[in-house]
Amino acid sequence: MSKTIKLRKGLDIKLVGEADKVKATVDRGTSFAIKPPDFHGLVPKMLVKAGAKVKAGTPIFEDKYNPVIKFVSPVAGEIDEIVRGEKRRILAVTIKADAENSYEDLGAVDTANMTGDEVKAYMLKNGLWPFIKMRPIDVIANPEDNPKAIFISGFDSSPLAPDYDFILHGDKELFQRGLYALSKLTQGKVHLTLNGKSTPDEALSSAQGVQINKIKGKHPAGNVGTQIHHIDPINKGEVVWTVNAQDVLLIGRIMSSGQYDASKTIALTGSEIKNPKYIKTTIGTSIEKIIADNVKEGNVRYISGNVLTGDKIEKDGYLGFYHSQITVIPEGDEPKFMITKGWMSPGFGKFSMNRSYFSWLMPNKKYELDTNLNGEIRAFVVTGEMEKVFPFDIYPMHLIKSVMYNDIDLMENLGIYEVAPEDFALCEFVCTSKINIQSVLRDGLDVIHEECM
Amino acid sequence: MKSIEKMMRKLEPEHDGKWAKFHPVWDGFYTFLFTPGETTRNGSHIRDGIDLKRTMFMVVTALIPCLLFGIYNTGHFHYVATGETTEYMDMFGDKVIYGLIKVLPLVIVSYAVGLGVEFIFCIKNQHAIQEGFLVSGMLIPLIIPADTPLWMVAIATIFAVVLGKEVFGGTGMNVVNIALTARAFLFFGYPTMMSGDRVWFSGAPDGYSGPTQLGELASFTGKQVDWAYPNIEAFSEHWSIMESFIGMIPGSVGETSTIAIILGAALLLYTGIASWKIMISFVLGGLFVGVLCNQFAVNEFMELAPLHHMVIGGFAFGAVFMITDPVTAAQTSTGKFIYGFLGGALSITVRVFNGAYPEGVMMAILFMNVMAPLIDHYVIGANIKRRKKRLKVKELKAA
Repeated sequence: MSKTIKLRKGLDIKLVGEADKVKATVDRGTSFAIKPPDFHGLVPKMLVKAGAKVKAGTPIFEDKYNPVIKFVSPVAGEIDEIVRGEKRRILAVTIKADAENSYEDLGAVDTANMTGDEVKAYMLKNGLWPFIKMRPIDVIANPEDNPKAIFISGFDSSPLAPDYDFILHGDKELFQRGLYALSKLTQGKVHLTLNGKSTPDEALSSAQGVQINKIKGKHPAGNVGTQIHHIDPINKGEVVWTVNAQDVLLIGRIMSSGQYDASKTIALTGSEIKNPKYIKTTIGTSIEKIIADNVKEGNVRYISGNVLTGDKIEKDGYLGFYHSQITVIPEGDEPKFMITKGWMSPGFGKFSMNRSYFSWLMPNKKYELDTNLNGEIRAFVVTGEMEKVFPFDIYPMHLIKSVMYNDIDLMENLGIYEVAPEDFALCEFVCTSKINIQSVLRDGLDVIHEECM
Repeated sequence: MKSIEKMMRKLEPEHDGKWAKFHPVWDGFYTFLFTPGETTRNGSHIRDGIDLKRTMFMVVTALIPCLLFGIYNTGHFHYVATGETTEYMDMFGDKVIYGLIKVLPLVIVSYAVGLGVEFIFCIKNQHAIQEGFLVSGMLIPLIIPADTPLWMVAIATIFAVVLGKEVFGGTGMNVVNIALTARAFLFFGYPTMMSGDRVWFSGAPDGYSGPTQLGELASFTGKQVDWAYPNIEAFSEHWSIMESFIGMIPGSVGETSTIAIILGAALLLYTGIASWKIMISFVLGGLFVGVLCNQFAVNEFMELAPLHHMVIGGFAFGAVFMITDPVTAAQTSTGKFIYGFLGGALSITVRVFNGAYPEGVMMAILFMNVMAPLIDHYVIGANIKRRKKRLKVKELKAA
């Protein structure tokens, strides 16, 4: 019943700084934050004021247009500040944690014996709903929708990605609890897609009540969007929900214990980290303590998430809500002279999909790539390069162009319902014309959200 | 490097200063010397090492064998025409010097005029200077006879850059290939300088006539008294496939040597810059019509071996450097196969069946440039239909 999907297209970017398989603990810092911009399109309505005391699991804001969706504090403490940006948009709600964590009593439940409505109500009320995202659009799921399936990717194939087999190891029971809860939310199947290249951990491979699929290939094989497209593609009018594998574990743990225990394991990666490793921490943590003295000298970029889709954060920034990884790479804001490092150089240290630099001589080399654009933004010239890394039956360049000139009919016809910005991350990486494809696609999805949903 | 960087920064015109208008020109030179320190913001934080400059640089590198051979070839046929030598290696130095004197000015004029026009447009529109002309500027001198007067090259280049490219919005926006636009302008504007039997031997004495093989082949379509050879076998004996393959034939500067072109093709294909789909299907299209002609031959020209078609005229050059231009070609995978195949087929068709144009490659490629969006339209239409069908099947199942 489980079949293996094989992908021929894709690209594995080999970078320096993969995390060692050790789970370290660091001092739990005192500063935490939930950042509304992590939830695309959300307009938050605050439920607490600065200075209020909260416990782990106390709602701190809700969705202004869908107030049943609550967002809760990951730790006990005091609301420190509501950080606002332009037009008073809330950028972050920071929390000063107490020395001792305390929890709201949410009530422990047995997820295996609940109805869909009970699960839904529990998750909405207790801040678990935001873990569920929906396709199309790639935003927090609308609880009123009736998803045709729920997809969970059992691995992450992006550069330096955390290894879920390692993270979930030993948590089989709680992971299964989470799956039970999710399976109540759809009349269709829950798809758990595993890596066909390796033997997955027991926690994943022995999951019950779900359809287990395998997929084999280069990145983006681990992207849930790729998996949906090859298993059960989304048509216009259909909705699919997706949950990150580690968040399934969180849902299972919180529902079983009745305590909002937001701890998760993240990978600390990147060429500028001295000791890349896994760290047990909490959602929304400040990265300051985690990074501490583990970063090399120099001008570096801190990324919450991976290098292809993550968010740029400051040195004292906060881990994103959905992220299980922090990456630190060098900034590339120095000009590069054409003959030594620029476009005329032999380019032994330049990673490229095609062979125009001599780095093709070393196929297994791991690279230290910086954030330089490596060129200037141009109109589309080269064709066919995106198709090489885009394992969808969709014409990526034409879809992007249709978004650029805002032709909604064409966007629909070319399959915009099936994709999320992260699916285009590799297209953005390889684009010779250096166009910011993910943000273009996001604009397109926003238009579709507004006009067609 | 730091000192050069500093010097460039010093020269940078201020945005509100007297020379502010010339900022794009400064920017063009600066980005030529340095990949700017511009970084990614969000989304993909790292980027592939390639940029448009590298891409164009690879194509120009791939053209160098053609250019070098073209220089020698120009000199060689000059001395053949003056009757001083017919041996290949004889007077090698003289040939190269003559070739350099003839060909380099073409390259310089083409680049100077083309880039000049680009600069003017960039200043006017305040756009960044784009890399497209780096390749066009090298292609133009390679696809015209070495004796083309420099002023003609200049106005053809202006015509091509302005009406071929800038009116559409610059690099990446053009409908037809720039270099071929320049050539078509010369071909129709000054036909006596671009075809016939007087232009192919550079600096030939008055009265010397020497057509290209295509001219001779075209004579087969006329009355028998005008035939250049008694039959096609005599032609093939006089101009062997091997000779054409090496490039010891008269023709435009860069198009003659199939070996030099294959060297360029190897670089483009290995680095992944040019599309193998278009290149291969173009050649297959040409061979296909070549074989068809053989099967249904009604005149001597149609009996020419298909392989022979590949190595004469501009077919090989067109297959590697012209039809593969990504901007004007079809953009979809399937579309590329169709586009290339039709291009190759049409090239040989025009060559064999239209006596007015001895060479069909330029016409065929320009025509296919215009047709490329149509091909893509139908290929993408099929994709859209597939998606709609999937939805319909779903609805049927549900009902």
